[in-house]
Amino acid sequence: MEVIITLIYYALVAFVSIVLIFNFFKTKNWQKEVLTIIVVLPFLLRLFMLK
Amino acid sequence: MNPLIRKLVFSTAGLMLLVFSGTSFYQSRRLKEPVVVSDGVTQVVKLSMYFSGVEGTANDCNIYILEGKEPGATFCILGGTHPEEPAGRLAAWIFAENAVLQKGTLLVVLSANRSATTVTRVGGAYPPDFSIPTSWGEQDFRLGDRWSNPLDQWPDPEVYIHYPSGQYLAYVDVRNLNRCWPGRANGTLTERTTFAFMEMIRKEKVDLVIDLHEAELQYPVISTIVTHEKVQDLAAIVSMTLTDMEEFKMGLEFSPKNLHGLSHREIGDYSDAASLLFEAPEPFLDATRGKTTREQLLTGKDDFVVKAGQHGLLFEKIDANGWPIDKRVGRHTSSILQTMASWTEMYPDKPLVCDSVPRYADVVTHGMGQYLRNPAQARPGRIWYE
Repeated sequence: MEVIITLIYYALVAFVSIVLIFNFFKTKNWQKEVLTIIVVLPFLLRLFMLK
Repeated sequence: MNPLIRKLVFSTAGLMLLVFSGTSFYQSRRLKEPVVVSDGVTQVVKLSMYFSGVEGTANDCNIYILEGKEPGATFCILGGTHPEEPAGRLAAWIFAENAVLQKGTLLVVLSANRSATTVTRVGGAYPPDFSIPTSWGEQDFRLGDRWSNPLDQWPDPEVYIHYPSGQYLAYVDVRNLNRCWPGRANGTLTERTTFAFMEMIRKEKVDLVIDLHEAELQYPVISTIVTHEKVQDLAAIVSMTLTDMEEFKMGLEFSPKNLHGLSHREIGDYSDAASLLFEAPEPFLDATRGKTTREQLLTGKDDFVVKAGQHGLLFEKIDANGWPIDKRVGRHTSSILQTMASWTEMYPDKPLVCDSVPRYADVVTHGMGQYLRNPAQARPGRIWYE
């Protein structure tokens, strides 16, 4: 059960990361681009099991 | 600026941040801590030898076994239950690198929750590591956290329900080794770890487990022994003897029967072993501390904690001299040695006699680095890594 919950959690982290990166390329507002980069970092660090 | 170039610049900056921070986290998680074992260490085994459920995990820690020439009692020293309380790990380190058993058997664990040694408190701005000066240079140690690394056990539940008592505990304590005793074979990593230690205690017929900790000065359970009722007489003698003979006071507390998951309660209840928990003062953990630095960790000096003491908010004294790591480690080594001596007096048919470990006065006078051995001069087969 614990393994299944962990896998779902990482799938969610991957999904949010992809959505954020998509938004980064989609937006035309430079402030939103900076914000997205800052927000996506902890998601990527967790996705790659670094932090 | 051209939007494409702007995106390229921002994404490059983000990538650089990811690489630099990721490299730092990766390296600190894998910092190798050498242990040059004493001549008294006769075996080094993995925790998974007792329960395969932790094999290959971050918590498959080393167990250093010291066997005396004559039979006797079997003690276990647990360091690193809460790695951010480094005096516990360092005192156990001194035993692993120096102790020689004459009678009995000693099991020494330096990283009881090894996963928790690989992370620091989120949002706490903790340093990832610290160094102890020695005569041959500095030895680096991971600082660690109170809880298992979320990379090894995640996510946390809304409420942690302790097994087998069913008691409700704080959600984060599902990763706290000292809230997960006696553990279960099919539980979380932290529960499987305590279950593995319980198997070790049962299979090695351990008589007494000593769990080493530190506490913030604003916490009432400090500078004390917490004892399971099985060994309350022993703990009382140790407390009185230390207070009388050593240069520090040691209190005595009884393990609450209705507070579950703690080593001093569950080990005694779920095995033939008895259990004690030792607490030393660590200002680094106080909520009112100033800068959370390596220096503060090792010197125990903090003006803000001193101020809290002036307002009567502390349960332990502190002044401008702080609580240096040598004093905190020395408290633990003396307390363990005194426990061994008092045990041997109470149970002469089951003695435990240990040599070559410094007491409080020695550690304070010479510094604990004096008792760390140089990995560069280790004989083949006598060096291990945590």
